[in-house]
Amino acid sequence: MLKISNLHAGIENNEILKGINLEVKAGEVHAIMGPNGSGKSTLASVIAGKEEYEVTEGSVVLEGENLEDSSPEERAHKGIFLSFQYPVEIPGVSVTNFMKTAINEGRKAKGLDDMPAKDMLKMIRDKAELLEIDRKFLSRSLNEGFSGGEKKRNEIFQMAMLEPKLAILDETDSGLDIDALRIVANGVNKLKNKDNAVIVITHYQRLLEYIVPDFVHVLHQGKIVKSGTKELAHELEEKGYDWLKQETAV
Amino acid sequence: MAYTEEELKKELETKEYEYGFYTDIESDTFPVGLNEEIVIAISKKKEEPEWMTQWRLEAFKAWKLMEEPKWANITYPKPDFQAISYYSAPNSKPKYDSLDEVDPELLDTFKRLGISLDEQKKLAGVAVDIVMDSVSVATTFKKTLAEKGIIFCSISEAIKEHPELVKKYMGSVVPQKDNFYAALNAAVFSDGSFCYIPKGVRCPMELSTYFRINQAGTGQFERTLVIADEGSYVSYLEGCTAPSRDENQLHAAVVELIALDDAEIKYSTVQNWYPGDKEGKGGVFNFVTKRGICHRNSKISWTQVETGSAVTWKYPSCILKGDNSIGEFYSIAVTNNYQQADTGTKMIHIGKNTRSTIISKGISAGKSQNSYRGLVQVNSRAKNARNFSQCDSLLMGNDCGAHTFPYIEVKNKTAQIEHEATTSKIGEDQIFYCNQRGIDTEKAIALIVNGFSKEVLNKLPMEFAVEAQKLLEISLEGSVG
Repeated sequence: MLKISNLHAGIENNEILKGINLEVKAGEVHAIMGPNGSGKSTLASVIAGKEEYEVTEGSVVLEGENLEDSSPEERAHKGIFLSFQYPVEIPGVSVTNFMKTAINEGRKAKGLDDMPAKDMLKMIRDKAELLEIDRKFLSRSLNEGFSGGEKKRNEIFQMAMLEPKLAILDETDSGLDIDALRIVANGVNKLKNKDNAVIVITHYQRLLEYIVPDFVHVLHQGKIVKSGTKELAHELEEKGYDWLKQETAV
Repeated sequence: MAYTEEELKKELETKEYEYGFYTDIESDTFPVGLNEEIVIAISKKKEEPEWMTQWRLEAFKAWKLMEEPKWANITYPKPDFQAISYYSAPNSKPKYDSLDEVDPELLDTFKRLGISLDEQKKLAGVAVDIVMDSVSVATTFKKTLAEKGIIFCSISEAIKEHPELVKKYMGSVVPQKDNFYAALNAAVFSDGSFCYIPKGVRCPMELSTYFRINQAGTGQFERTLVIADEGSYVSYLEGCTAPSRDENQLHAAVVELIALDDAEIKYSTVQNWYPGDKEGKGGVFNFVTKRGICHRNSKISWTQVETGSAVTWKYPSCILKGDNSIGEFYSIAVTNNYQQADTGTKMIHIGKNTRSTIISKGISAGKSQNSYRGLVQVNSRAKNARNFSQCDSLLMGNDCGAHTFPYIEVKNKTAQIEHEATTSKIGEDQIFYCNQRGIDTEKAIALIVNGFSKEVLNKLPMEFAVEAQKLLEISLEGSVG
């Protein structure tokens, strides 16, 4: 589904990603771990097409199509979803209105008419139920005054509504207590199927107890320095990133 | 939102000023210049009684001695008042009994404005008094209103048919000598609307007037008078569109509202005069005096969406004279390119337990300047007066300006005054967040702006709210690039 080859990218002449190779197939869950500043969030932003990052070398290919010239919204229409580490507030715009706009813009890009209001309502109701979201929450202004847990749950709700092919969860566990973490992880697990893929970006192994990855990659100084199965995550938790830094330095 | 994506798409494709066409109708236009003879001629042309002519002349005398106000945060070339023609009326008079008699070209103009009368007639709820270059051409729904004793007509007609009401109330809220532009208007006003709601009557429909500047080089001097008698209620809508013109056009209107005991007036405006082109050439100068007086237990609510005009100078105000009266001001002012707006309100608390609310949302883009100027005044015998003001500014880009000039004067210790203000900028992060969800930048801005303006948009009557949302999007097109 997603193939990243020799990806170099940075911001204002400062190279952050220094040759990333990663292949994600449909139905897989990949975890990307690494210490602070290793380039995890940059990788997520570059896949999503954030314009302030410049790709200097290599490629990101989604289902055989090079995304080089695609704008962020085109990438979204093609099925890329990014759950933000710090979701922004948009005062006065309700969660429902925001989702309605997003879904209909996606449909417009595919040459479809707006989703009939009745279908939209049903979908909202179903997905809210699936993720145990109170419907009152949906009429609130997007992320305004939301708790950390509510923000992340809202991200997963949007993921459920937009039904992406590839979902990237950027530090979804940060700022969550254990109950919120469980709810968010359950949501992701319910949405996972053989046709979509998930990339989980995290600092800690904790989230991976709930969203079990097929593969774990360790990012360090802009490169994937180690890949393995979920055991690697346990090993990291035990020995810390320093162990890896020493190992790669050798 | 009631409009479809298709409609919206069409709107977004139209980058130029939408209503920039010009109808070629023979006009009866006065020579340029202003003197006593012209004032008398206007009055004569309108077959006004002697007292009205005298009233105009008094105003003209006062105006000659006055100077243009200079305190506003706007710069513009001073209009040459001797280069303006002060009267222009569509030629096909007298008034018609049915639409068939109206000049077909004029009807076509209405259709292009999206206010075709036959449709309006069918669509229940809105009575339209269309002012096309100063003279009321058609008034609909008059019969329904007449049954309730409601008078809704042109001000010229009211001067002839209801002189006792006009004499009593015209100039009672905005005196002839109130300010430079109000005095000018009093001397040369061409036409406008008059509305009277009798005691205890709730007006069954939204009253609506569409204004339009049509002739090149003619100023428009509207005068509106709304009187809500004891215990009555009326909601009045005013919408403006104007065709593109290169030379600056002057618009100096006066609106007076009178809410007698226990009455309520809701006055909503969507102002979309030609704002000038991208380089700041042309556009309407909009110098308006709007004021209402509230008697005991009454309420006046001003709601405005200001997107047009090159220069706007406008402060819809409330004089809260009666005890327990309420004044409200809800405003969205959008400036783009080289537009300048200095707008706000005055809430004058005179009676006891009077309350006022001010919600102002300013949106600036391009190289525009957007100022909020407001006065909250609590007089010495206004016990327990309360005011809440909120002024929010939203900036787009780095070349525009947002300014807030709140004035608060309190002479009674029991008053409670709250003032909140915020300034924010549409962030790259917000745009990227929307982009990532598949919403392009133009649409994202529309979404953010609508969210920002929601508290005010919600105050508009339904049909106006939709129009206003579209207007916000159109006026901010191309402002981020």
